[in-house]
Amino acid sequence: MTASSIQPENDVSWRDTVAQSALRLPAIVSLFIWSIVPLLMTIWFSFRRYNLMEPERTGFDGVGNYRYLLSDPSLTSAIGNTVLLVCSVLVITIGLGTLLAVLYDQEFFGRGIARVLVLAPFFIMPTVSALLWKNMMMHPDYGFLAFLMRSVGLKPVDWFAVAPLTSIIIIVSWQWLPFAVLTLLTAVQSLDSERKEAARMDGANAFNIFRYILLPHLERAISATVMIETIFLLGIFAEIYVTTSGGPGFASTNLSFLIYRYALLEYDIGGASVAGLVAIVLANILAFFLMRSFARNLDV
Amino acid sequence: MSSKKLRRKLLMTALGWAVALVISFPALWLVLTSFKTETEAISRIPHILFRATLENYVAVQERTTYFHFAGNSVIVAIGSTILALALAIPCAYAMAFMPTKRTRDTLLWMLSTKMMPSVGVLVPIYLIFREMNLLDTRTGLLLINALLNLPIIVWMLYTFFKEVPREVLEAARMDGASPLRELYDLLLPLAMPGIVSTSLLAIILAWNEAFWSLTLTAAKAAPLTAFVASFSSPEGLFYSKLSAASTMAIAPIVILGWLSQKQLVRGLTFGAVK
Amino acid sequence: MATVKLVEIRKAFDATEIIKGVDLTIHDRELTVFVGPSGCGKSTLLRLIAGLEEITSGDLFIDGQRVNDVPPARRGLALVFQSYALYPHMNVEENMSFSLKIAGVDRDERKRIVLDAARILNLETYLDRKPKELSGGQRQRVAIGRAIVRNPRVFLFDEPLSNLDAALRVRMRLELTKLHHQLGATMIYVTHDQVEAMTMADRIVVLRAGVVEQVGTPMDLYHHPRNLFVAGFIGSPRMNFLEATVQQIGPTGAVLDLGQAGELHVPSFEHAPQGKKLTIGIRPEHLTLATPAQSSLSAQVQVVEHLGSESYVYVQAISGESLVLRVNGETTVRPDQEVHLNLNPSFLHFFDANGDAIPAKRLS
Repeated sequence: MTASSIQPENDVSWRDTVAQSALRLPAIVSLFIWSIVPLLMTIWFSFRRYNLMEPERTGFDGVGNYRYLLSDPSLTSAIGNTVLLVCSVLVITIGLGTLLAVLYDQEFFGRGIARVLVLAPFFIMPTVSALLWKNMMMHPDYGFLAFLMRSVGLKPVDWFAVAPLTSIIIIVSWQWLPFAVLTLLTAVQSLDSERKEAARMDGANAFNIFRYILLPHLERAISATVMIETIFLLGIFAEIYVTTSGGPGFASTNLSFLIYRYALLEYDIGGASVAGLVAIVLANILAFFLMRSFARNLDV
Repeated sequence: MSSKKLRRKLLMTALGWAVALVISFPALWLVLTSFKTETEAISRIPHILFRATLENYVAVQERTTYFHFAGNSVIVAIGSTILALALAIPCAYAMAFMPTKRTRDTLLWMLSTKMMPSVGVLVPIYLIFREMNLLDTRTGLLLINALLNLPIIVWMLYTFFKEVPREVLEAARMDGASPLRELYDLLLPLAMPGIVSTSLLAIILAWNEAFWSLTLTAAKAAPLTAFVASFSSPEGLFYSKLSAASTMAIAPIVILGWLSQKQLVRGLTFGAVK
Repeated sequence: MATVKLVEIRKAFDATEIIKGVDLTIHDRELTVFVGPSGCGKSTLLRLIAGLEEITSGDLFIDGQRVNDVPPARRGLALVFQSYALYPHMNVEENMSFSLKIAGVDRDERKRIVLDAARILNLETYLDRKPKELSGGQRQRVAIGRAIVRNPRVFLFDEPLSNLDAALRVRMRLELTKLHHQLGATMIYVTHDQVEAMTMADRIVVLRAGVVEQVGTPMDLYHHPRNLFVAGFIGSPRMNFLEATVQQIGPTGAVLDLGQAGELHVPSFEHAPQGKKLTIGIRPEHLTLATPAQSSLSAQVQVVEHLGSESYVYVQAISGESLVLRVNGETTVRPDQEVHLNLNPSFLHFFDANGDAIPAKRLS
């Protein structure tokens, strides 16, 4: 037996527990405060009458904020938009990402540069992406898409007026597709080529290899990608802020933007807190399922 | 190479490049536009060939306080990374080399804090910042970014530290090295490539962070993400200047991103994909 | 230089006990080998002596001083790791002088000590190379050099040759034995390879499942294994085992019933009541081919391995056991051939149902 195969749990006689804690605690305590204190405050505020514009109206409000908010149709529509946004982007990026990962795993001339081009959108800051799409791609007069439509004889579409949420889904998918390609490509490349060769010796064709060798191999990478994308997609904000400001009406308002509206446009702290809790609950429901499948895949 | 193989490779070349150009087109267009005159930029028939001009870049620097915002971005991105590393290195070191039964749970808990949507705590953070006079300060934004990235940084460092062979550190102990010496003489130099790529990732994330920049800062401490957002409606008047400003805002980070793409996958997937 | 004494040493990880009470004395200037199958606790035992693991209970003495609570670096030991554990960012000289630097030895003195060690190990020309620029054998020597410069009371080796290829392993084995003579140092050497144990050791400690099975010189263990485990573990090819029952005991000896293989007369056998079940052990070189008249133990040849100077003949006995014979290299036996086997009664080992050796009076 080699010693390194044992995980010693208590070989620390000469370093005392105090020193160990001193190393860990700064990070753990700051994260703990960061994750707990605001959460408790949010819960507290959600039961209070609290509007920054009316400082004289304070006090306990019971479930008043909840009753008010849960009957607000904008909340249901915001939840719907959030779920639709997250799910659409996931389907688009993972689906296309898998195909593109296979494509960019092939050998071709200038592959390195082509890959770099594909990755570029991920590193562009969200506000720039949003402005770029809004003004230079989807603008009904000056946008490149408008030019394309005119040149085939169609009438240009005012994207953000006609299909605001779809437009945002397109922008966000464009931002996150490279990430999916990058992770899945990394996973594709980690597939042992002997396994593919063995399958070919067993008579598998390209589709069989994709379906029975590659996809199962990608499972772990896909679950990781879904989880990370979900974390970020639930909080999509800047893209909406820059393009539609949640409109027209509430057509492109997700939970993040709704809370922003309540808190920093209407200064309704109580209402914003309730919406914040809804967001946290929603995230935790998703997190519960994601973390369960993800934790299994982790080698800690 | 057989002709069949060559044909396949040529086909893949065409396909691969076509897809790459379509996907990167908006970004390329942005860069291209930044070298056009305003009239060319808003022309209904897009100019592909034109005489490149640098006047937009000059104009952005003259007319706006671009460097003020760029400075904010640099300070916040680098400062938050240093702060987070200072907290994370000892923690990851302890977890990797003095594991306890709770280490795995602690790591998963750290990961789970990333699941908390920022927006859920916008209200209390906003109020706390207002109380502590941190609204629209670089310090405040720096703190937020450090905390946001702390779980990812701890996790990445942990996986890099785990790759340093335990026996090398034990050899140092046999040689009489103290824990501090182990950390500075061995662990840090050995894990340096990992620490560098962790830092790059943290800098990228902080540079591109938009939610807290937009909600917690204004003219004074706004980083580039918020500065760019202020051009939300140029109304066709200064497209090429907007493009120049945007290109300058993204250029450094796109380069950093390309340099660290492999590590970025690993970091963002918490080591699940390597 | 030094003796190491272990008294009732125990080690548990959580609830699992890995070392279950080891008493042992390692003598001055001897090369003691801990050998056993993987999972037997031999590396853990070494790490307990090194101080890399905390001793759960029991006492460890080096030169009579109790060192349970002394940190590794101050026990005066040096450990050569299986993976060598060289510092990858330091060159050979820095690797070797790191401990001296920590101990505050001045630069010239460091240089002198490292050069001395390098000379012993033929490393003088590699001093400014990084570990990754060295071959496996050279890395191995640097790891040993790192130990030598500390001038330790005891050298500890944790499977140091297991990462080398077969030819290099044999050469390094020889070099290590030479080094042991040259330095006259106390050494503890851990391996799972009984050949290394046999060839290098002054004294072998056989471990199984955290318990010492037997301690002795190589020849001691080979000729007088204390139980079935040691008998089977030491020696290659392995000792053969046959099941038998004591049929009859008389003044001239005993008769053992080998089942279908017939009877075996053991001239001088005692201590076992009639009807007792036994295991007979016999080494491959003591099992010989015979004529049908000489032996009723027939067997069918399955495989013949020719090593040149000798051959191993693998057979299946009529009673079902697989046996192996070490015979002359020129043997003409072929697979599928029927042969008869002779067990030399002078070299038999007997084990009771618990696997413990039964002392047998041997004919001389």
